[in-house]
Amino acid sequence: MIQYASIFLFVLGLYGLFINKNVIKLIVSLNVMEIGLFIFIISIGYVGDNAIAPIISNTQDLGLIYVDPLPQALVLTAIVIGVGTTALALAIAKSIYNTYQTFDLDEMEESA
Amino acid sequence: MRKLFGLAITFALGLVIILALNNTVNFPAFGEVNLSERISGAYLSEDNVEEVGSANLVTSIVIGFRTFDTLGEVTVLFISSLGVAFILGRKKQKRMNLNFKPNFMLRVGSNILLAIILVTSFYIILHGHLSPGGGFPGGAMIASSVLLLYLADDRFRSNIKGFKLLEGFAGSLFVIIGLLGLVFATAFFANYLPTGTIGNFLSAGIIPIIYVLIGLKVGSEIAGIIDNFLTEEERA
Amino acid sequence: MTFFDFLSIVVGVLLLVIAFLAINSKKLINSVLFLSALSMLAVVAFVLMKAPDVAITEAVIGSGLVTSLFVFTLLSVREEKLK
Repeated sequence: MIQYASIFLFVLGLYGLFINKNVIKLIVSLNVMEIGLFIFIISIGYVGDNAIAPIISNTQDLGLIYVDPLPQALVLTAIVIGVGTTALALAIAKSIYNTYQTFDLDEMEESA
Repeated sequence: MRKLFGLAITFALGLVIILALNNTVNFPAFGEVNLSERISGAYLSEDNVEEVGSANLVTSIVIGFRTFDTLGEVTVLFISSLGVAFILGRKKQKRMNLNFKPNFMLRVGSNILLAIILVTSFYIILHGHLSPGGGFPGGAMIASSVLLLYLADDRFRSNIKGFKLLEGFAGSLFVIIGLLGLVFATAFFANYLPTGTIGNFLSAGIIPIIYVLIGLKVGSEIAGIIDNFLTEEERA
Repeated sequence: MTFFDFLSIVVGVLLLVIAFLAINSKKLINSVLFLSALSMLAVVAFVLMKAPDVAITEAVIGSGLVTSLFVFTLLSVREEKLK
């Protein structure tokens, strides 16, 4: 269920990229897509209801069932990259506003 | 009309993705994965866990097996913070006017809260190889403590030169520790310190050192981004 | 139906509803705040799927820092309109 929700979250972000004309709304849509992808990648590593989080206390614990740690490692770094790219996009949006006095793509074309 | 058309197209795309992924050999159903068929099964084997010595298996992948990848990701964050500074911080800067006056309670309370946030962040960074957390969320917590200082006082500006120095110091020390692996062991970022017993505070070799450096680097980079967003060009 | 199934259905439906609101709100600040709520729900989903490291990171960054960056951008724009 939560896997289907993540796929539709990604698709909703794509829909937002199609219909919105506002730069801030476009960045919000990109963030929605990003969150959908994160949940999808984490859901690939989910093993079952009886699995536990991948933290051990000694080596005898390794016989238990753990969820997949590799997707978690990938998403952990991807989230921090996400804040960097969002900040860069917002900086570009701010400099766009300083030039055109608007966030809307249509009004930008008219004033250009 | 255009909105409905877009919604229909994108939902059709979602259905196609679901049908394409639905329970094939390469993509088993949700919650029915066999880890021994995957590459991750190797990370859970006893030899590999003891070689790295970290109790948190996610940390043992991020800093143990894939440290070079992490170096690349930290570089991406550095470049994006450089881009923000390049776009927003070219001319002479002053604080953005937030239109409010901080009162006495806010100033004293924010200082107390700052201490609590900093202690929590350093706990999370230092226990990155034992419990959930590590350098990335800890560094973001350091940055959010700087954000708290900025919000509580409308004249405050942190020492951005110091943050830049700290960031460069942490980044170059990260690479130097990796290069020392070529001297004391066989590979770049090899674990040349003793790994100790799993679960102890002093264990896992170079992992806690690298995580502290990553935490300082991430924290100072995001603090620099916040400073760039809260300042603006001085108007004559 | 187990507790996990019930919770995942609730979280999944809420995720979709809040994402739709975030994309379709008229006001920009509402859109940003719904994005923050979406991040918090994603944290719940990560905890459900036994990923505590990712949950901590997303809770600090997604709902705190990214939201503050959006709000600062909107604030600086509104100030320029006032002048």
